[in-house]
Amino acid sequence: MGEFLEFQGVSKRFGPVKAVNNVSFSVKRGEFFSLLGPSGCGKTTLLRLIAGFEQPDSGRILLDGQDITQLPPNHRNVNTVFQNYALFPHMTVFENIAFGLRVARRPKDEIEHEVMSMLKLVQMEDKAWHLPSQISGGQKQRVAIARALVNKPSVLLLDEPLAALDLKLRQRMLLELDLIHDQVGITFLYVTHDQGEAMSLSDRIAVMHSGVTEQIATPAEVYEAPKTSFVASFIGDTNFFDGIVSSVPDDDYCLVDIPDFADIEGFNGVLCYNDKKKAVGGRVNLSVRPEKFGISIDPPRRQFAHMNVLRAKVEDIIYTGNHTNYWVSVGSRRIAVYQQHAGYLLDEKPIRWGDDVWLYWNADNGYMLDDEAAPDPGLGDNVKGV
Amino acid sequence: MTRTSRIPLATTIAILLFFYIPIAILVVNSFNASSTGGAWGGWTLKWYQKLFANEEMWHAIRNSLVIGVTSTLVSTAIGTSAAFALYKYSGTRIQKVHGVVLYMPLVVPEILMGISLLMIFMAVRLPLGLFAIFLAHVTFSMSYVAMVVLSRLQDFDATLIEAAQDLGADAWLTARKILLPLISPGIVAGALLAFTLSVDDFVITFFVSGPGSTTLPVQVYSMIKHSRNLPIINALSTLMMVATFVIVLTSQRQSRRA
Repeated sequence: MGEFLEFQGVSKRFGPVKAVNNVSFSVKRGEFFSLLGPSGCGKTTLLRLIAGFEQPDSGRILLDGQDITQLPPNHRNVNTVFQNYALFPHMTVFENIAFGLRVARRPKDEIEHEVMSMLKLVQMEDKAWHLPSQISGGQKQRVAIARALVNKPSVLLLDEPLAALDLKLRQRMLLELDLIHDQVGITFLYVTHDQGEAMSLSDRIAVMHSGVTEQIATPAEVYEAPKTSFVASFIGDTNFFDGIVSSVPDDDYCLVDIPDFADIEGFNGVLCYNDKKKAVGGRVNLSVRPEKFGISIDPPRRQFAHMNVLRAKVEDIIYTGNHTNYWVSVGSRRIAVYQQHAGYLLDEKPIRWGDDVWLYWNADNGYMLDDEAAPDPGLGDNVKGV
Repeated sequence: MTRTSRIPLATTIAILLFFYIPIAILVVNSFNASSTGGAWGGWTLKWYQKLFANEEMWHAIRNSLVIGVTSTLVSTAIGTSAAFALYKYSGTRIQKVHGVVLYMPLVVPEILMGISLLMIFMAVRLPLGLFAIFLAHVTFSMSYVAMVVLSRLQDFDATLIEAAQDLGADAWLTARKILLPLISPGIVAGALLAFTLSVDDFVITFFVSGPGSTTLPVQVYSMIKHSRNLPIINALSTLMMVATFVIVLTSQRQSRRA
């Protein structure tokens, strides 16, 4: 599997706004690749650059080794599923799907055969002679996918294809998209602002922010080992800790002095995995996911080789059935803690509001981020994702 | 049970009568054998016969049709391209000016347009006549065409063009297969409107028509000075009304089509 779709230093500005700022990455053949980010992060611009609707100000785009930067959209072997589907309202479902093949002047019986097999793939055979105005949103979605796929593009571009559907339909289409990708084996480039969609479908995700790719990795890597504070807070929930390395006991770990915890009696630093090889005095921005914490009334037994243990006070509790969210205060910080109930016993001594508890976590679960200062303290002060 | 007020019904009937009684009298009189129109002299078709035998009238009708068709074709072409420019580059300063300029003929009094066109034609020494009328009609019709087509374009989803290009169609094919079929009802409606306006126009035409280049409305005006011609005009009006009715109906059908 070689590099199939390649961006080399691509930039695009609209007036004073740098929509895409010197982006370089590559997508492998057959991959399901997502561009994930908030609106205005440049993901749709990037997609339009591949489709050819926009021209980059600088940089190159290569498809299968060929430089396509200057090619007009109709000469690129990529097809798009538009956010609003953009079905031709004066053509039947069949004619919509056949459009690309007719433009390519394919023989009539071949067109018929190809369109019919596409209709079968998206389970729309019985609607072939309907107009777009006569079918539902989910069905339009399928027709749009079929219309793009029938041309056997090198890359299928999907621009927030599920955004216009209601939740139930979105979940079903998600499964179907996955299935279609497995069946056709075409490279999918999927643009979305929905981390759930990106996480569940993608082989790899490029998390975008302000025109740059912050991290390109598998869904698990992006979640478990976020590179920047933006990635850590955009995908899932997290707690940020800002500190300075106070000592480096061995090659792999360091002790970080966290000013927010300075008031705690006997606090001598948080142990964390030192993959950035920080030296004493180096600034550290640490991300710890809420579910990585353990919380207990009784002092925890030592479970990990490198464990942090702190005293905390419970400030808020939200029970959600499959897990409980706690907000605890440590020093001058609020920390979010999510606990799964492996075996919740009703007669167990529960943690209550105002309790003094033990908070502990494996040093390996704290991730040093590339950017040294967190823009906000993370979940400690905002309650998203509850 | 609540009693519904009769006022709305009464008002409706009154308004309809107000509108249609004059027209009804005209239609009835076109079949009236008495030439004064004041009294009923029995059924006749002689006014229609006279109408069809009137050489000048036929000449005027031919002029009107020639100008109507040619000015419609030209104003539809210009008006449609103007609408495209306004749509595609909307927001640019030059198109804002363009929009206002294009809108002017719709609000400027006709008599003003007539006088100014006459002055222009005199200034450039363009002989008054059919060609001058043609130019004058194009001038005002294209604004109407542009407005009708523009409203159609504003409903048009621009991503459809991108979708067509994405599927391999070049600009020409996209225009032919996607854009034109979807906005053609607007163009047809605009053309029909232009044609009706052209055939109907009196004021502007009156200013710029020379000897021998009378159009139908101008001919009617000159004939109406003699009361003996009145029943012929009635017959003509009846026929024109039927024709206009058919055209307007077709035009509405076209613009309503999705």
